[in-house]
Amino acid sequence: MADTTVIAIERRQAARIQGSHPRLGRGLIIAATLLLLAIGLTEALYKAGVTPFGFANWRPVLYVFVIWGVALGVGQVLSRGEAGKRALFVLPAALFTLAIVVFPTVFGLYIAFTDWNLASLSGRHFNGIDNLVALFNDPFFWNAMLNMVYYLLAVLVEYAIAFGLALLLNADIKARKFFRVAFLLPFMLSPVAVSWMVGKSMMEYRYGPLATLMRHLGWRSPSFFSDPWIARIAVEAMDAWVSIPFIMILLLAGLQAMPKEVSEAARIDGANGWQHFWSITFPLMLPVSVTAVVLRIIFKLKLADIVINTTSGGPGGATDTVSSFIFREYHYRSNVGYGTMLAMFYLVVIIVFMTLLLDLTGRFVRRIT
Amino acid sequence: MAVSVSLDRVVTHRSDTQFAVLRIVSRVLIYGALILWTIIALFPIYWTLSTSVKSAVDITQGHLWPWLTFQPDWKGWRSLGLSPDTFFQPSPSRDEFLARFTNSVVTSISASVLAVILGALAAYGLSRFQYKFLWMRNKDISFFFLSQLILPPVVLALPFLVLYRELALLDTTVGLALIYTLTVLPIVIWIMRDQFNTIPIELDEAALVDGLSSWGAFWHIILPIALPGMVAAFILSEVLTWNEYFFAALLTSTDAKTLPVLVASQTSSQGINWWTMAAVSTTAIAPLAIIGIVLERYIVKGLTAGSVK
Repeated sequence: MADTTVIAIERRQAARIQGSHPRLGRGLIIAATLLLLAIGLTEALYKAGVTPFGFANWRPVLYVFVIWGVALGVGQVLSRGEAGKRALFVLPAALFTLAIVVFPTVFGLYIAFTDWNLASLSGRHFNGIDNLVALFNDPFFWNAMLNMVYYLLAVLVEYAIAFGLALLLNADIKARKFFRVAFLLPFMLSPVAVSWMVGKSMMEYRYGPLATLMRHLGWRSPSFFSDPWIARIAVEAMDAWVSIPFIMILLLAGLQAMPKEVSEAARIDGANGWQHFWSITFPLMLPVSVTAVVLRIIFKLKLADIVINTTSGGPGGATDTVSSFIFREYHYRSNVGYGTMLAMFYLVVIIVFMTLLLDLTGRFVRRIT
Repeated sequence: MAVSVSLDRVVTHRSDTQFAVLRIVSRVLIYGALILWTIIALFPIYWTLSTSVKSAVDITQGHLWPWLTFQPDWKGWRSLGLSPDTFFQPSPSRDEFLARFTNSVVTSISASVLAVILGALAAYGLSRFQYKFLWMRNKDISFFFLSQLILPPVVLALPFLVLYRELALLDTTVGLALIYTLTVLPIVIWIMRDQFNTIPIELDEAALVDGLSSWGAFWHIILPIALPGMVAAFILSEVLTWNEYFFAALLTSTDAKTLPVLVASQTSSQGINWWTMAAVSTTAIAPLAIIGIVLERYIVKGLTAGSVK
């Protein structure tokens, strides 16, 4: 009985390994590729002014690309059978990501080396490394980079608070579910709405409840956005308010996954809470902590909307992040070439930084555990 | 040995009343801290809700409690055309608001659905089969997808502005949904890969023996089991795309503008029209706040995917 099943499976697999119509499949892929190339070339020549016929915009090329993707998938199944069907799982996501990331990145690299300003009439010209030179001489950009360092360091504070909250939620308490939902809520809120709710109204100088509270606490003129450091802390506080729940949830999951025997044993040994935390909980939580902090740093590096909507980088660039700075470069100055160079440079910095960080934290965790 | 003996002595020296006092003090501290953070977490939400029903005087005098210190009024909602008395009258601001709201709903849901479909397929393939594309193996392909997460929006924003103009996708919901799909796809793949890895591969093998193809096994056997993970991935995508501002601000101008852009434009253009702002902000946060309360466990599941072994 078992033998016949095995034979049947083998026979079916043999039929699957080679596709049903290998030549048809390959032909389909080739035809679709030729169509894509032909349409793309026609449009490129038309846009370049070489040929008189073509489409008003590139949209048809997009449609042909979708057709090409479908043909590629069908061709895979026809020519490679089971292997083709398996490839079909990853193919859509891969084609989507490639199409939507590769072109903009390559194109971005090109415009980074032009003097393109959307407001100027002369169009774009290649200007070599002028943008790069300007970047190194741009005090506002380096100011924004320095601010990013401050914002990144603040992640440690967020982490400490989140750890405290996670410990509280993990303690033997009543209404745990209520507190967990309440603590999670800020994470769900739109940073733009938070910019108004907290930044523009609660921190408002005259009527904001936070300003009123500060007056009661003895700060005579509680203006949150006129002193550089106070403004920085205010922006960071808003960002922290939205994102602490994220770190907290990760840490809480880590705490709940911790073996109960470990803390039981420590209690029997008579360790007090403080010793227990530093000698047992904290080391055991290190891998989760590293994941949480690294993820948080990735999101922190994108920080923009709160800054754009509360301070626009002010006062004097004190709260500017790289993203909000480049946003203004695009949005108000239409300085496309230079802005893109800044963005590309920032991307390189991020990649180097993240590679180092992952390597470092990986080694650190391995040494501890 | 000696250590445990001396500790025993310490324990016996403490009387029961001391223990009870310690216990009460720690209880008070824990609940005090919990309540303090609950206030920090919820007060801004309460403040926004209550400000949307305040008049100017109540705002300037800092009245906080409806019916006790001020008389609530539909002021903010009336200016949006959403209060009971204006609900059946034509209102341009309501039309504008509803258009933005609909855009937000359509964009975020279509992007999340697309991301979950693409991401679940890719994650399943990567968790079950061995691929080789040029030099790339499964690990490299996974890294390729996940590495998109560190790409800051500013890097893509401008090339996309130009690309979309050429494709006539600027200021369209489709265009915005496509780029949102890209931004949440790594997160979906991350969550779904974790989800599929917890499902034993023997289930797939049994399905194949029963004569199902790999797609049949995926569709009939694995997908129903992985549904909670998909819900988690969908909700997390929904949170991120509903709240997205950067791309929406750059890539839309009139037709496809979403709610965060409306909120942002109101912020910069008004004096102290707080009640309207509060009402708009309330509508921007309410859908997700409700989802957060009702579906909290899926959000937690999505956030913690892959971080705790």
